[in-house]
Amino acid sequence: MEPILSLRSRTVVLAAANIDTDQIIPARFLTTTTREGLGEHLFADWRYDAAGAPRRDFILNGAAARDCRILVAGRNFGCGSSREHAPWALLDYGFRAVISTQIADIFRSNALKCGLLPVVVDAATASWLIEHPGAEVSIDLPTATLTLPAAAPVAFPLETFARMLLVNGIDELEYLLERDAHISAFERRRSQG
Amino acid sequence: MLEKIWDEHEVIAESADSPAVLYIDLHLIHEVTSPQAFAVLGARGLGVRRPELTLATMDHSTPTRSEQIFGGAPIAIESAAQQIRALERNCALFGVELLGLRSAQRGIVHVIGPELGATQPGKTIVCGDSHTSTHGALGALAFGIGTTEVGHVLATQSLLQRKPKSLAINIDHRLQAGVSAKDLILWIISRIGVSGGTGHVIEYRGAGVRALDMEERMTVCNMSIEAGARAGMIAPDETTYAYLAGRPRVPQGLKWDEALARWRQLPSDAGARFDREVAIDAAAVEPMITYGTNPGMVMPVNGTIPERANDAAFDQALAYMGFEAGAMLKDKTVNVVFLGSCTNGRLSDLRAAATLLRGRKIAPGVQMLVVPGSQAVKRAAEAEGLDGVFTAAGAEWRESGCSMCLGMNGDLVGKGEYSLSTSNRNFEGRQGVGARTLLASPLTAAASAVRGRVTDPREILNS
Repeated sequence: MEPILSLRSRTVVLAAANIDTDQIIPARFLTTTTREGLGEHLFADWRYDAAGAPRRDFILNGAAARDCRILVAGRNFGCGSSREHAPWALLDYGFRAVISTQIADIFRSNALKCGLLPVVVDAATASWLIEHPGAEVSIDLPTATLTLPAAAPVAFPLETFARMLLVNGIDELEYLLERDAHISAFERRRSQG
Repeated sequence: MLEKIWDEHEVIAESADSPAVLYIDLHLIHEVTSPQAFAVLGARGLGVRRPELTLATMDHSTPTRSEQIFGGAPIAIESAAQQIRALERNCALFGVELLGLRSAQRGIVHVIGPELGATQPGKTIVCGDSHTSTHGALGALAFGIGTTEVGHVLATQSLLQRKPKSLAINIDHRLQAGVSAKDLILWIISRIGVSGGTGHVIEYRGAGVRALDMEERMTVCNMSIEAGARAGMIAPDETTYAYLAGRPRVPQGLKWDEALARWRQLPSDAGARFDREVAIDAAAVEPMITYGTNPGMVMPVNGTIPERANDAAFDQALAYMGFEAGAMLKDKTVNVVFLGSCTNGRLSDLRAAATLLRGRKIAPGVQMLVVPGSQAVKRAAEAEGLDGVFTAAGAEWRESGCSMCLGMNGDLVGKGEYSLSTSNRNFEGRQGVGARTLLASPLTAAASAVRGRVTDPREILNS
């Protein structure tokens, strides 16, 4: 994995609460055996009409959304199915972080593993972001802080461990494989148990 | 109970700086969330560490039409056929047991685990599917994972995890006649909300849970994820042991006695502390139905849709559904009825629906699909003649699979159509683009199929 140290971008806002992974990437696009190319189908049923043409009124189809790498979303983002295709689709589209007051457990876990930053903020910060779409914000990983325009950095919760992996570009599988001796010892202990 | 299972599976304990390395006893895999994980193993030159603790089947994108499974007809969705072939290839290459397309033991991954006795109390169980919470009904710690983690478990039989918090849901009294486990879990979600369980493992406790049979407990644990909890669990008891006894993959002979002694130690000790507790009165539960686009938008079948001021998401959900605040759902026309899924595709679910459909016909214009949760459920239902009850009523009887629960295997609800479904998610487009899903119990589904309108099953049961 590429190390991630900081991120600076304008935001796109999808203010609805409980945006589930079926909206992020509908199930019919899950009959794939690779992780590439899912960005095309991101939010497919909101983004395209029945004929497959982009809906003008959907935020991601507007010029303002171009090159935005940070998505601001309503509470409980990523609920529902455990499909990792959801963070893959967001990443493939170009997003690198999601900001919300609450991010669903499995989505959060999946996102961290593929380099999409889940940023959980307080209600006041979220409200400000929802009311100011397109604001230029920055995220700093080593300090786990989010900085809004003309404001002091605010800390967001990110485990030391997750931060260490992201900043150093280490993936969890490498970490687990390095603990092979512990796993073998555990298996021996149990089989004698 | 969570603590006991957790502590027994810690390869490395968690600390402030790093999560625990947690050992996994059973890894279930299916065709949709595994190919990219096997690809990582291939790219890194890794094997499957414990193939004998790994069990594969196909259910999600797998068709339910007999001719596509047994009749030599091609699988209609070519990309789904490729996924199925990829799973066959990967299992052969990595030495993983596969209950494949024509296996008599194939079925929805969360139906076959308990059915085979592979799911057991005290085990850690994972699968690349959020409804893995189902297996917690037998006293296991079972949760859904993403594809990257599927790769971790394949390669190391372990996961990096922080211990979740515990939420006790204490359920008193018994469900009334005509009210089912599905209504109970929908009722619970209506109380705690779709994110009420986030960060927690739910333990369902109390007399109301003890009174449920094993399949009802699975329905309850199955939808824990719809309350935001990764896992739901119920302490094992005599109901659990009686269910497991004699199943093909449980320990046999002396080993069974040893296992039983071990399992009896699992229930939480008297006075165990939970991070949160919620009280539910099972006797107050009524047949429930969803009216919106998440499972928390739910009310009694005879209820009225609530009013919610200044809530754009709520308004949007009602607009999608074609409903208005203050309206009743009772007597609304339904176009499709789906009986099946990992929530309600077991034998007792089919029996419940059959009690209402026996000797009756589904209403003209209603399409009803009955999809058993596994091939074993299908055979058992056929042995009792349930298939004849369904087909005589005018329903279609299929091979097992996830089917209409999610639109990726050819079983779809049309745009704008109302589907009364026994599955677990009423998200926009879940059953097909523009499909409108009403979640309810098998009894409510059968009653509504007969009338062609949303119906409280007690009206027919008591008539």
